[in-house]
Amino acid sequence: MPTQKTVAATGNTVVAEAMRQCAPDVMAAYPITPQTTIVEEFAGFVAKGRVHTEYVTVESEHSAMSACVGASAAGARVMTATASQGLALMWEELHIASGMRLPIVMANANRALSAPINIHCDHSDIMGARDTGWITLFAETAQEAYDNTIMAVRIAEHPDVLLPTMSCLDGFITTHSIDRVCIMDDESVTGFVGQYEPQNALLDLENPVTHGSFAGLGGPFFEFKKAQREAIERSRAVINEVGAEFSALSGRPFGMVETWGMEDADVAVVVIGSTAGNVRHVARQMRDSGIKAGVVKIRCFRPFPYAELVEALSGVKAVAVMDRAESFGAEGGPLFLEVRSALYDRTERVPVINYIYGLGGSDVRLELIESVLNDLSEIAAGAVAPDGLVYLGSR
Amino acid sequence: MSKWDISGINEWKSGEFPLGAVIPESGNSRDYVTGGWRSDRPYRNDDVCTQCLLCWIMCPDSAINTENEEVTTFKLNHCKGCGVCANVCPVNAIMMVPEGCDLPEVK
Repeated sequence: MPTQKTVAATGNTVVAEAMRQCAPDVMAAYPITPQTTIVEEFAGFVAKGRVHTEYVTVESEHSAMSACVGASAAGARVMTATASQGLALMWEELHIASGMRLPIVMANANRALSAPINIHCDHSDIMGARDTGWITLFAETAQEAYDNTIMAVRIAEHPDVLLPTMSCLDGFITTHSIDRVCIMDDESVTGFVGQYEPQNALLDLENPVTHGSFAGLGGPFFEFKKAQREAIERSRAVINEVGAEFSALSGRPFGMVETWGMEDADVAVVVIGSTAGNVRHVARQMRDSGIKAGVVKIRCFRPFPYAELVEALSGVKAVAVMDRAESFGAEGGPLFLEVRSALYDRTERVPVINYIYGLGGSDVRLELIESVLNDLSEIAAGAVAPDGLVYLGSR
Repeated sequence: MSKWDISGINEWKSGEFPLGAVIPESGNSRDYVTGGWRSDRPYRNDDVCTQCLLCWIMCPDSAINTENEEVTTFKLNHCKGCGVCANVCPVNAIMMVPEGCDLPEVK
């Protein structure tokens, strides 16, 4: 069993620590805002010789991901981190990384997108990248961010998968708050992630290959996209296997969907990221006043765990879906669309209410979550559900 | 390494292609026919040509065949019709003619 030490550290610090322990060959990063301190702390490790990584500072996130794509095609284990506008600027290369089937691992601090200018937490950046073909893990806490980052390496590099993987943590709330985190010893992490054996490495001079070729004009582009879909479907089993193996090693649970109180819940809140803790806290309190509330936390957004979600929500009378991102003009936020679609095949229809909350870091006070559970409780008892989505706590 | 056999590529299913559209072999672009993009093709008047080989040097697609250090034919499977050969010819022996017209046989 690994030796673990408990430290007080920010989410960024422990993600940088996880990356150091996974020992990437190359890290390419844009070092200026909206960058996280993940790459700053990692640069410190490189400077002190604590990790032997080729650290490339570039002139933009567009270039950062381009350099990651090049290095990964060359055969390197590659990592980077970004946030907000940075992820938005990488958008083009996000598709290229997944299309070229390069197992790059990236941390993303979930933050708002301009305009108006804002640097605080919401999920607009990552939800804008939800269809780029990246496996996407979400952390509620710094501990989960550390664990997810290590698991991401194994998931991305698995021969059945070979897809880039993102480890997301909530900007400022998780990235910058000091939290209690168990850090594994280096050897256990090294042993867990193993040696990366690249396929089709450009630097394998004995077996020359071409990357980035053309598949249009009646070529097999369609078949390559289907192959990507097949790979991300296969990743479901890999994510669960890797999660189970990591749980056995660390003693900490992992599920694509994690539940609290769902065994006998009448009403449930589906949520992603740091707000899950507050929702559990409020749900626990509301149980004292007779509301049987449960919480469903999504820890893996792509691939979306629809079967696990439906199973978790079986038996509830009303569901609230909390979205920290907009999909302007759609029927609801990105998570709402997934959840309600997943529930469509169920014979019994339950009201599903969408709450947009916390955009640009706006406060998610406990009484707001309380109001969600009170609404749900009334709707479960027969009250009319709100018409359309609710901007939680907005003026 | 034996040559990458792509004879059945039009029937391959999604799982049969190399990972991430990699081409697992070097030097096989000659097997990839790209001349179909062309709208004009080169025509050379051998009575004027001085065999200076400038067209052979300048062709960006290596689409000019030679034999015994003399230009012979154009590789129409790869010529894109860019017209560089016609442009650099010092004696105007090459002209670009539209595809699909009734033309003298292209050498």
